[in-house]
Amino acid sequence: MIRYLYADQLSQFPRLGRTMFEDRADQFRTRLGWDVTVNDAGQERDEYDDLNPLYVIWEKADGSHGGSMRFLPTTGRTMVNEHFLDLTHGVPFQSPLIWECTRFCLSRNTEPGTAAALMLAGGEIMQGFGVRHFVGVFDARMVRIYNRIGAAPEVLGTQGEGRQSVGVGLWEFSEAAQKQVSRVAGVPLDASRAWFDAAFGDVVPQPCMTAA
Amino acid sequence: MPQLDDVIARLECAEHLEELQNVIEWLCDHYAVDDMVYHWVSSNGTQYGCGTYDPKWVARYLEKGYLRIDPVVLGCYQRFHPVDWKRLDWSSKAAPAFMADAMEHGIGNQGYSIPIRGPNGQFALFTVSHSCSDDEWHSFTELNRRDLILLAHYFNQTALKLEPGRAPEPTQPLSPREVETMTLLAVGYSRAQVAETLSISEHTLRV
Repeated sequence: MIRYLYADQLSQFPRLGRTMFEDRADQFRTRLGWDVTVNDAGQERDEYDDLNPLYVIWEKADGSHGGSMRFLPTTGRTMVNEHFLDLTHGVPFQSPLIWECTRFCLSRNTEPGTAAALMLAGGEIMQGFGVRHFVGVFDARMVRIYNRIGAAPEVLGTQGEGRQSVGVGLWEFSEAAQKQVSRVAGVPLDASRAWFDAAFGDVVPQPCMTAA
Repeated sequence: MPQLDDVIARLECAEHLEELQNVIEWLCDHYAVDDMVYHWVSSNGTQYGCGTYDPKWVARYLEKGYLRIDPVVLGCYQRFHPVDWKRLDWSSKAAPAFMADAMEHGIGNQGYSIPIRGPNGQFALFTVSHSCSDDEWHSFTELNRRDLILLAHYFNQTALKLEPGRAPEPTQPLSPREVETMTLLAVGYSRAQVAETLSISEHTLRV
Protein backbone atom coordinates (compact mmCIF):
# COMPACT_ATOMS: atom_id res chain seq x y z
CA MET A 1 0.00 0.00 0.00
CA ILE A 2 0.98 3.63 -0.36
CA ARG A 3 1.84 5.63 2.74
CA TYR A 4 2.25 9.38 2.83
CA LEU A 5 4.53 10.29 5.73
CA TYR A 6 6.28 13.48 6.72
CA ALA A 7 9.78 12.85 8.10
CA ASP A 8 8.58 13.48 11.65
CA GLN A 9 6.06 10.63 11.23
CA LEU A 10 8.60 8.02 10.11
CA SER A 11 9.32 7.00 13.70
CA GLN A 12 5.82 5.52 13.82
CA PHE A 13 6.91 3.09 11.08
CA PRO A 14 10.49 2.24 12.09
CA ARG A 15 10.94 -0.70 9.72
CA LEU A 16 9.52 1.18 6.75
CA GLY A 17 11.75 4.20 7.40
CA ARG A 18 14.89 2.17 7.97
CA THR A 19 14.45 0.02 4.87
CA MET A 20 13.69 3.11 2.76
CA PHE A 21 17.03 4.73 3.65
CA GLU A 22 18.81 1.37 3.15
CA ASP A 23 17.21 0.88 -0.27
CA ARG A 24 18.22 4.42 -1.18
CA ALA A 25 21.83 3.55 -0.33
CA ASP A 26 21.51 0.43 -2.48
CA GLN A 27 20.04 2.28 -5.43
CA PHE A 28 21.95 5.55 -5.44
CA ARG A 29 25.37 4.43 -4.24
CA THR A 30 25.67 0.72 -4.99
CA ARG A 31 23.73 0.50 -8.25
CA LEU A 32 24.06 4.00 -9.72
CA GLY A 33 27.35 5.00 -8.15
CA TRP A 34 26.13 8.50 -7.32
CA ASP A 35 28.19 10.57 -4.91
CA VAL A 36 25.81 10.26 -1.96
CA THR A 37 26.44 9.98 1.77
CA VAL A 38 25.77 6.63 3.40
CA ASN A 39 26.01 6.47 7.20
CA ASP A 40 27.41 3.68 9.38
CA ALA A 41 24.00 2.04 9.49
CA GLY A 42 24.05 1.72 5.71
CA GLN A 43 21.41 4.41 5.17
CA GLU A 44 21.55 7.12 2.53
CA ARG A 45 20.40 10.50 3.83
CA ASP A 46 21.08 14.04 2.74
CA GLU A 47 20.47 17.56 4.03
CA TYR A 48 16.98 17.67 2.50
CA ASP A 49 15.84 14.78 4.67
CA ASP A 50 16.35 17.18 7.60
CA LEU A 51 13.76 19.65 6.25
CA ASN A 52 10.79 17.50 7.20
CA PRO A 53 9.93 16.50 3.64
CA LEU A 54 6.89 14.45 2.70
CA TYR A 55 7.72 10.87 1.67
CA VAL A 56 5.44 8.82 -0.51
CA ILE A 57 6.27 5.19 0.13
CA TRP A 58 5.12 1.88 -1.30
CA GLU A 59 4.91 -0.44 1.70
CA LYS A 60 5.21 -4.15 0.96
CA ALA A 61 3.01 -6.69 2.70
CA ASP A 62 5.77 -7.43 5.23
CA GLY A 63 5.94 -3.76 6.24
CA SER A 64 9.20 -3.00 4.46
CA HIS A 65 9.98 -0.45 1.78
CA GLY A 66 9.23 -1.24 -1.87
CA GLY A 67 9.74 2.19 -3.39
CA SER A 68 9.50 5.84 -2.51
CA MET A 69 9.95 9.45 -3.47
CA ARG A 70 10.44 12.65 -1.50
CA PHE A 71 8.60 15.95 -1.81
CA LEU A 72 9.47 19.48 -0.73
CA PRO A 73 7.80 22.80 -1.59
CA THR A 74 9.87 24.86 -4.01
CA THR A 75 9.14 27.99 -1.95
CA GLY A 76 11.72 26.64 0.51
CA ARG A 77 15.12 25.01 0.01
CA THR A 78 15.26 22.44 -2.76
CA MET A 79 17.86 20.25 -4.40
CA VAL A 80 17.03 21.42 -7.91
CA ASN A 81 17.55 25.08 -7.01
CA GLU A 82 20.68 24.48 -4.98
CA HIS A 83 22.46 21.84 -7.07
CA PHE A 84 21.00 21.57 -10.57
CA LEU A 85 20.56 25.13 -11.82
CA ASP A 86 22.91 24.37 -14.71
CA LEU A 87 20.30 21.93 -16.00
CA THR A 88 17.50 24.49 -15.93
CA HIS A 89 19.41 27.26 -17.71
CA GLY A 90 19.94 28.93 -14.35
CA VAL A 91 16.23 29.42 -13.73
CA PRO A 92 15.21 28.50 -10.17
CA PHE A 93 11.86 26.82 -9.63
CA GLN A 94 9.99 28.75 -7.00
CA SER A 95 6.22 28.51 -6.85
CA PRO A 96 3.65 27.42 -4.30
CA LEU A 97 2.11 25.39 -7.15
CA ILE A 98 5.29 23.42 -7.88
CA TRP A 99 6.69 20.80 -5.52
CA GLU A 100 10.04 19.17 -5.89
CA CYS A 101 10.22 15.38 -6.19
CA THR A 102 13.57 13.71 -5.56
CA ARG A 103 15.12 10.38 -4.52
CA PHE A 104 12.71 8.31 -6.59
CA CYS A 105 13.79 4.87 -5.47
CA LEU A 106 12.74 1.29 -6.12
CA SER A 107 13.77 -1.63 -3.96
CA ARG A 108 15.52 -4.46 -5.84
CA ASN A 109 12.84 -6.96 -4.96
CA THR A 110 9.67 -4.93 -4.96
CA GLU A 111 6.43 -5.96 -6.62
CA PRO A 112 5.88 -5.06 -10.28
CA GLY A 113 3.71 -1.98 -10.51
CA THR A 114 5.48 -0.17 -7.68
CA ALA A 115 6.79 2.65 -9.86
CA ALA A 116 3.34 3.17 -11.33
CA ALA A 117 1.72 3.09 -7.88
CA LEU A 118 4.08 5.86 -6.77
CA MET A 119 3.20 7.91 -9.85
CA LEU A 120 -0.46 7.37 -9.08
CA ALA A 121 0.17 8.74 -5.60
CA GLY A 122 1.89 11.73 -7.16
CA GLY A 123 -1.33 12.36 -9.06
CA GLU A 124 -3.29 12.24 -5.80
CA ILE A 125 -1.02 14.91 -4.36
CA MET A 126 -1.49 17.16 -7.37
CA GLN A 127 -5.23 16.72 -7.31
CA GLY A 128 -5.64 16.85 -3.55
CA PHE A 129 -3.35 19.78 -2.82
CA GLY A 130 -3.73 21.96 -5.90
CA VAL A 131 -0.16 21.33 -7.06
CA ARG A 132 0.25 22.01 -10.76
CA HIS A 133 3.72 20.57 -11.44
CA PHE A 134 6.42 18.48 -9.86
CA VAL A 135 9.97 19.33 -10.70
CA GLY A 136 12.06 16.23 -10.31
CA VAL A 137 15.65 15.12 -10.15
CA PHE A 138 16.05 11.54 -11.35
CA ASP A 139 18.28 8.87 -12.83
CA ALA A 140 17.94 9.90 -16.48
CA ARG A 141 17.54 6.32 -17.62
CA MET A 142 14.29 6.18 -15.64
CA VAL A 143 12.64 8.23 -18.41
CA ARG A 144 11.98 5.02 -20.35
CA ILE A 145 10.19 3.57 -17.34
CA TYR A 146 8.21 6.76 -16.76
CA ASN A 147 7.15 6.70 -20.39
CA ARG A 148 6.04 3.10 -20.17
CA ILE A 149 4.00 3.82 -17.07
CA GLY A 150 2.30 6.72 -18.81
CA ALA A 151 3.76 9.42 -16.58
CA ALA A 152 6.42 10.95 -18.77
CA PRO A 153 8.13 14.10 -17.56
CA GLU A 154 9.11 16.97 -19.80
CA VAL A 155 12.88 16.58 -19.55
CA LEU A 156 14.51 19.97 -19.00
CA GLY A 157 18.07 18.81 -19.02
CA THR A 158 20.45 15.96 -18.25
CA GLN A 159 24.06 15.68 -17.22
CA GLY A 160 26.52 12.78 -16.98
CA GLU A 161 26.62 9.51 -18.83
CA GLY A 162 25.22 6.02 -18.33
CA ARG A 163 24.48 5.01 -14.75
CA GLN A 164 25.43 8.42 -13.48
CA SER A 165 23.24 10.47 -15.79
CA VAL A 166 20.95 12.76 -13.85
CA GLY A 167 17.90 14.43 -15.30
CA VAL A 168 15.71 17.32 -14.25
CA GLY A 169 12.14 17.22 -15.48
CA LEU A 170 8.69 18.58 -15.01
CA TRP A 171 5.55 16.50 -14.44
CA GLU A 172 1.97 17.52 -15.03
CA PHE A 173 -1.26 15.81 -14.11
CA SER A 174 -4.02 14.76 -16.41
CA GLU A 175 -7.00 12.61 -15.58
CA ALA A 176 -6.43 10.41 -18.62
CA ALA A 177 -2.84 9.78 -17.58
CA GLN A 178 -4.00 8.96 -14.08
CA LYS A 179 -6.30 6.23 -15.44
CA GLN A 180 -3.53 4.67 -17.47
CA VAL A 181 -1.10 4.78 -14.56
CA SER A 182 -3.75 3.15 -12.39
CA ARG A 183 -4.02 0.27 -14.88
CA VAL A 184 -0.27 -0.22 -15.05
CA ALA A 185 0.01 -0.11 -11.26
CA GLY A 186 -2.80 -2.59 -10.82
CA VAL A 187 -4.23 -0.21 -8.24
CA PRO A 188 -7.83 0.94 -8.72
CA LEU A 189 -8.38 4.70 -8.52
CA ASP A 190 -10.63 4.43 -5.48
CA ALA A 191 -8.04 2.39 -3.56
CA SER A 192 -5.47 5.03 -4.37
CA ARG A 193 -7.79 7.76 -3.13
CA ALA A 194 -8.54 5.79 0.02
CA TRP A 195 -4.82 5.61 0.90
CA PHE A 196 -4.52 9.34 0.35
CA ASP A 197 -7.53 10.04 2.55
CA ALA A 198 -6.26 7.70 5.25
CA ALA A 199 -3.03 9.70 5.38
CA PHE A 200 -4.42 13.21 5.31
CA GLY A 201 -7.62 12.78 7.27
CA ASP A 202 -10.98 11.68 6.02
CA VAL A 203 -13.52 14.41 5.71
CA VAL A 204 -15.67 14.25 8.82
CA PRO A 205 -18.95 15.98 8.06
CA GLN A 206 -19.52 18.08 11.12
CA PRO A 207 -21.82 21.05 11.10
CA CYS A 208 -20.29 22.94 13.99
CA MET A 209 -16.60 22.98 13.60
CA THR A 210 -14.63 26.17 14.01
CA ALA A 211 -11.18 27.42 14.68
CA ALA A 212 -8.84 30.26 14.10
CA MET B 1 -8.16 35.69 -13.62
CA PRO B 2 -6.96 39.26 -14.15
CA GLN B 3 -8.27 40.37 -10.76
CA LEU B 4 -5.91 37.95 -9.05
CA ASP B 5 -2.98 39.45 -10.94
CA ASP B 6 -4.07 42.90 -9.79
CA VAL B 7 -4.15 41.79 -6.18
CA ILE B 8 -0.74 40.18 -6.45
CA ALA B 9 0.64 43.34 -8.03
CA ARG B 10 -0.85 45.35 -5.18
CA LEU B 11 0.80 43.06 -2.65
CA GLU B 12 4.12 43.29 -4.44
CA CYS B 13 4.02 47.09 -4.37
CA ALA B 14 2.82 47.33 -0.78
CA GLU B 15 4.99 49.55 1.36
CA HIS B 16 3.27 49.19 4.71
CA LEU B 17 1.76 46.29 6.58
CA GLU B 18 -1.57 48.18 6.72
CA GLU B 19 -1.81 47.58 3.01
CA LEU B 20 -2.03 43.85 3.71
CA GLN B 21 -5.04 44.53 5.90
CA ASN B 22 -6.72 46.51 3.12
CA VAL B 23 -6.05 43.80 0.59
CA ILE B 24 -7.33 41.01 2.79
CA GLU B 25 -10.56 42.91 3.47
CA TRP B 26 -11.02 43.46 -0.25
CA LEU B 27 -10.39 39.77 -0.96
CA CYS B 28 -12.83 38.69 1.69
CA ASP B 29 -15.53 40.77 -0.04
CA HIS B 30 -14.46 39.61 -3.46
CA TYR B 31 -14.75 35.92 -2.59
CA ALA B 32 -17.86 36.59 -0.50
CA VAL B 33 -16.61 34.64 2.48
CA ASP B 34 -17.01 35.46 6.17
CA ASP B 35 -13.35 35.67 7.05
CA MET B 36 -9.86 35.62 5.68
CA VAL B 37 -6.77 35.66 7.86
CA TYR B 38 -3.01 35.69 7.41
CA HIS B 39 -1.28 34.61 10.59
CA TRP B 40 2.48 34.49 11.19
CA VAL B 41 3.71 32.63 14.24
CA SER B 42 7.29 33.60 14.82
CA SER B 43 9.83 31.44 16.54
CA ASN B 44 9.63 33.26 19.86
CA GLY B 45 5.90 32.70 20.01
CA THR B 46 4.87 36.23 19.07
CA GLN B 47 2.18 36.46 16.46
CA TYR B 48 1.57 38.82 13.64
CA GLY B 49 -1.30 38.85 11.29
CA CYS B 50 -3.97 40.63 9.41
CA GLY B 51 -7.47 39.61 8.67
CA THR B 52 -11.13 40.07 9.20
CA TYR B 53 -11.78 38.22 12.45
CA ASP B 54 -13.66 40.21 15.08
CA PRO B 55 -10.99 41.93 17.22
CA LYS B 56 -12.80 40.52 20.24
CA TRP B 57 -12.02 37.00 19.00
CA VAL B 58 -8.40 37.88 18.32
CA ALA B 59 -8.03 39.29 21.84
CA ARG B 60 -9.76 36.26 23.28
CA TYR B 61 -7.48 33.93 21.26
CA LEU B 62 -4.38 35.63 22.61
CA GLU B 63 -5.68 35.89 26.18
CA LYS B 64 -6.56 32.20 26.29
CA GLY B 65 -3.33 31.11 24.62
CA TYR B 66 -5.37 29.21 22.02
CA LEU B 67 -2.33 29.02 19.78
CA ARG B 68 -1.21 26.05 21.83
CA ILE B 69 -4.38 24.04 21.38
CA ASP B 70 -5.85 25.28 18.09
CA PRO B 71 -6.21 22.11 15.96
CA VAL B 72 -5.63 24.21 12.83
CA VAL B 73 -2.25 25.48 14.03
CA LEU B 74 -1.24 22.08 15.43
CA GLY B 75 -2.35 20.30 12.26
CA CYS B 76 -0.55 22.69 9.92
CA TYR B 77 2.69 23.24 11.76
CA GLN B 78 5.57 21.26 10.19
CA ARG B 79 3.36 20.52 7.16
CA PHE B 80 3.15 22.13 3.74
CA HIS B 81 -0.09 20.84 2.28
CA PRO B 82 -3.31 22.87 2.42
CA VAL B 83 -6.07 21.38 4.52
CA ASP B 84 -9.82 21.57 4.94
CA TRP B 85 -10.62 21.94 8.65
CA LYS B 86 -12.80 18.86 8.41
CA ARG B 87 -9.69 16.76 7.79
CA LEU B 88 -7.94 17.92 10.96
CA ASP B 89 -7.77 16.11 14.26
CA TRP B 90 -10.43 17.60 16.57
CA SER B 91 -10.24 14.84 19.14
CA SER B 92 -8.05 16.63 21.70
CA LYS B 93 -9.45 17.40 25.14
CA ALA B 94 -9.24 21.15 24.60
CA ALA B 95 -10.76 21.24 21.12
CA PRO B 96 -14.50 21.16 21.94
CA ALA B 97 -14.39 24.17 24.27
CA PHE B 98 -12.20 26.04 21.82
CA MET B 99 -14.62 25.26 19.02
CA ALA B 100 -17.60 26.41 21.04
CA ASP B 101 -15.85 29.63 22.00
CA ALA B 102 -14.91 30.35 18.38
CA MET B 103 -18.48 29.80 17.24
CA GLU B 104 -19.72 32.14 19.92
CA HIS B 105 -17.42 34.77 18.43
CA GLY B 106 -18.95 34.27 15.00
CA ILE B 107 -16.30 32.13 13.37
CA GLY B 108 -17.72 30.05 10.52
CA ASN B 109 -18.17 26.30 10.61
CA GLN B 110 -16.00 25.77 7.53
CA GLY B 111 -12.36 26.54 7.02
CA TYR B 112 -9.48 25.97 4.65
CA SER B 113 -5.95 26.67 5.82
CA ILE B 114 -2.73 26.86 3.87
CA PRO B 115 0.51 26.41 5.79
CA ILE B 116 3.45 28.43 4.55
CA ARG B 117 7.02 27.34 5.04
CA GLY B 118 9.26 30.38 4.80
CA PRO B 119 13.00 30.87 5.23
CA ASN B 120 14.76 29.44 8.29
CA GLY B 121 11.77 27.61 9.63
CA GLN B 122 9.39 30.56 9.40
CA PHE B 123 5.80 29.39 9.75
CA ALA B 124 2.64 31.19 8.68
CA LEU B 125 -0.93 30.28 7.90
CA PHE B 126 -3.42 31.65 5.45
CA THR B 127 -7.01 30.77 6.31
CA VAL B 128 -10.39 31.28 4.71
CA SER B 129 -13.45 30.51 6.75
CA HIS B 130 -17.16 30.66 6.15
CA SER B 131 -20.56 29.46 7.35
CA CYS B 132 -22.14 27.13 4.84
CA SER B 133 -22.87 23.50 4.07
CA ASP B 134 -20.17 20.93 3.45
CA ASP B 135 -21.12 20.70 -0.24
CA GLU B 136 -21.00 24.44 -0.80
CA TRP B 137 -17.64 24.61 0.93
CA HIS B 138 -16.26 21.76 -1.13
CA SER B 139 -17.27 23.53 -4.35
CA PHE B 140 -15.77 26.79 -3.15
CA THR B 141 -12.41 25.31 -2.20
CA GLU B 142 -12.18 23.18 -5.34
CA LEU B 143 -12.85 26.22 -7.49
CA ASN B 144 -10.55 28.65 -5.69
CA ARG B 145 -7.86 26.50 -4.17
CA ARG B 146 -5.03 27.49 -6.47
CA ASP B 147 -5.88 31.19 -6.17
CA LEU B 148 -5.82 30.87 -2.41
CA ILE B 149 -2.49 29.03 -2.43
CA LEU B 150 -0.99 31.79 -4.57
CA LEU B 151 -2.46 34.53 -2.39
CA ALA B 152 -1.12 32.83 0.75
CA HIS B 153 2.31 32.81 -0.81
CA TYR B 154 2.20 36.48 -1.82
CA PHE B 155 0.92 37.59 1.58
CA ASN B 156 3.86 35.84 3.16
CA GLN B 157 6.37 37.26 0.69
CA THR B 158 5.06 40.74 1.38
CA ALA B 159 5.07 40.26 5.14
CA LEU B 160 8.65 39.02 5.00
CA LYS B 161 9.68 41.97 2.88
CA LEU B 162 7.99 44.63 4.99
CA GLU B 163 8.92 43.37 8.40
CA PRO B 164 12.49 42.16 8.22
CA GLY B 165 12.78 42.59 11.99
CA ARG B 166 10.20 39.83 12.30
CA ALA B 167 12.05 37.46 10.05
CA PRO B 168 13.83 34.85 12.12
CA GLU B 169 17.18 36.34 11.26
CA PRO B 170 18.01 38.54 14.27
CA THR B 171 21.44 40.08 14.86
CA GLN B 172 22.59 36.85 16.42
CA PRO B 173 20.95 34.35 14.12
CA LEU B 174 19.50 31.17 15.54
CA SER B 175 20.33 27.95 13.78
CA PRO B 176 17.47 26.37 11.82
CA ARG B 177 17.30 23.69 14.50
CA GLU B 178 17.02 26.29 17.26
CA VAL B 179 14.28 28.08 15.35
CA GLU B 180 12.47 24.79 14.94
CA THR B 181 12.79 24.06 18.64
CA MET B 182 11.48 27.48 19.66
CA THR B 183 8.58 27.26 17.26
CA LEU B 184 7.59 23.79 18.43
CA LEU B 185 7.67 25.01 22.03
CA ALA B 186 5.72 28.12 21.03
CA VAL B 187 2.92 26.09 19.52
CA GLY B 188 2.67 24.01 22.64
CA TYR B 189 4.81 20.93 22.18
CA SER B 190 6.29 19.60 25.41
CA ARG B 191 10.06 19.41 25.71
CA ALA B 192 9.85 15.64 25.35
CA GLN B 193 7.76 15.94 22.17
CA VAL B 194 10.18 18.48 20.71
CA ALA B 195 13.14 16.21 21.45
CA GLU B 196 11.29 13.28 19.86
CA THR B 197 10.26 15.29 16.80
CA LEU B 198 13.77 16.58 16.20
CA SER B 199 15.40 13.25 17.07
CA ILE B 200 17.60 14.79 19.76
CA SER B 201 17.85 14.11 23.47
CA GLU B 202 16.02 16.33 25.95
CA HIS B 203 19.41 17.18 27.37
CA THR B 204 20.57 18.51 24.00
CA LEU B 205 17.42 20.60 23.76
CA ARG B 206 18.44 22.94 26.63
CA VAL B 207 15.97 25.72 25.87
